[in-house]
Parts: sequence; C-alpha cells; structure tokens
Amino acid sequence: MNFSALAARLSLEHAAGPVPASFDGVYAGDLLSRVMSRLEKDQLWITIMNNVNVVAVASLSEAAAVILAEDVSLLPEAAAAAEEKGIAVFRTEMTAYEICREISRLADGGAI
Amino acid sequence: MAEPLHLHFAVDGQDFSSAGQASVTVKKRLRQLGFSPEVMRRVSIAMYEGEINMVIHAHGGEADVYISDTEIVIVLSDRGPGIKDVALAMQAGYSTAREEIRALGFGAGMGLPNMKKYTDEMQIDTKIGVGTTVLMKVRVKP
Repeated sequence: MNFSALAARLSLEHAAGPVPASFDGVYAGDLLSRVMSRLEKDQLWITIMNNVNVVAVASLSEAAAVILAEDVSLLPEAAAAAEEKGIAVFRTEMTAYEICREISRLADGGAI
Repeated sequence: MAEPLHLHFAVDGQDFSSAGQASVTVKKRLRQLGFSPEVMRRVSIAMYEGEINMVIHAHGGEADVYISDTEIVIVLSDRGPGIKDVALAMQAGYSTAREEIRALGFGAGMGLPNMKKYTDEMQIDTKIGVGTTVLMKVRVKP
C-alpha cells in the first residue's frame, strides 16, 4: 500500500525520519514486548507510546513507519533517535481505531 | 568464518534510553556479514528483550554474542536477584516489573516468551541472590 497517499488522505503530521514509499499491513498496540511479538516487517505500527524505546522497537522490528495516535507528541530524545536510525514517525489526532478504520476503507477502495 | 566472531557488551543498568544499544549494534554487524533479514530480526529482538530484562530486574549485566556461519549464540549474564519461579516467568503476561517501568511500555510479561519464540534454543540458569545467565541460539538455515 502507498504510504504517501495514506499520509495525505489522513493529513498525518510528519514528526521524524525518512518517509517510506509503501507499507504492508498494520499493527496497533502499546506494550512493547507484545508489539515485538506481533509487529511484522514493513508494517505500520500505531501506538500512543512516545518515548525512545518506541524507536528501538520499530527499528528492530523493521516497521515501515510509526503513527502516534490521539495527538501524542514524540519526545525530543525519541525524535533524535528516529532521525539517527532512519525511523519514520507521524502523528495524528485520530484514535488507533479511527486510523485503522480509515486505512481499511482506503485500501478497500483502492485509494492507497 | 573460520572461528565464531565474538562481540562483548556491558549493559548499563541505569539507563533505559540506551537499553537496546547492544542489540542494535549486533543487528548492524549481522547485516554487514550478510545474514538474512529474518535472522537479524530474530536475534536482535530476542537480545533486546534480554537487555531490557537485565535493566529492569538486575541493574544491567554483560552480553556476549558469538556469530558463526551456522548459528548465533547470545549469552546474557547478570548479578541480579535471580528468577524465583522460571516456569511462572515464562508464562505470557506474567510480570514483576514496577509501575514506572510499565509506564515506559515494558512489563507486558512477554519478554521471556518472546526470547523463546524468536530463538531455536534457550536455557536459563538462575540462582536466587546470585544472578541469572540466559543462553539463546538462533540457527542459520543453509
């Protein structure tokens, strides 16, 4: 699925890192070990966690990008780590459910 | 590789923000050595969980990684309090992590289960009041 199209359609705000071209599925969750157990390579990860460990988990799991839900801001230390490790982080006011619902709708309609 | 490549790391028990440095370094080395993304992912996630465990429960420790063509061996040793009930600690969802640790997103009770899930072999050697050594092996498919 096309990430730039998704970011534009949902008005995602770019917080850090290089913008990925595409993604392949989604995982939403906040407990980091659960995330590492389930998040697959090249998936989008939706979370409300905003500390530096999020960047480590996204990097080790090879996520396509992280989307921070519910208007959460990336902490400065985490933003610096994301730039250094090349992890894309975006943010939005939407809840995880709303983001997932929109991705599903856009994907079904062939828009992303 | 004729002999296994040995990497050694001291894991700082004070600092959550730097926890994971050893795993990230190992992942980079595996990439440079040409291992598959699957092997890199399994090794680095299992090792990261182990590192975090040492920081949460044992004030840090030591990590040794031995890389050969056929397997990657990770040995994590600490002088922490030891694990009272290993079978219980292995249960998904069981955690003794403190509240401030949980606020960082850890303490899901999935650390040891993940380490087992992502490796081919795992041994835990623990003694109350002395410390814990965890050995993990990830085999490389030819």
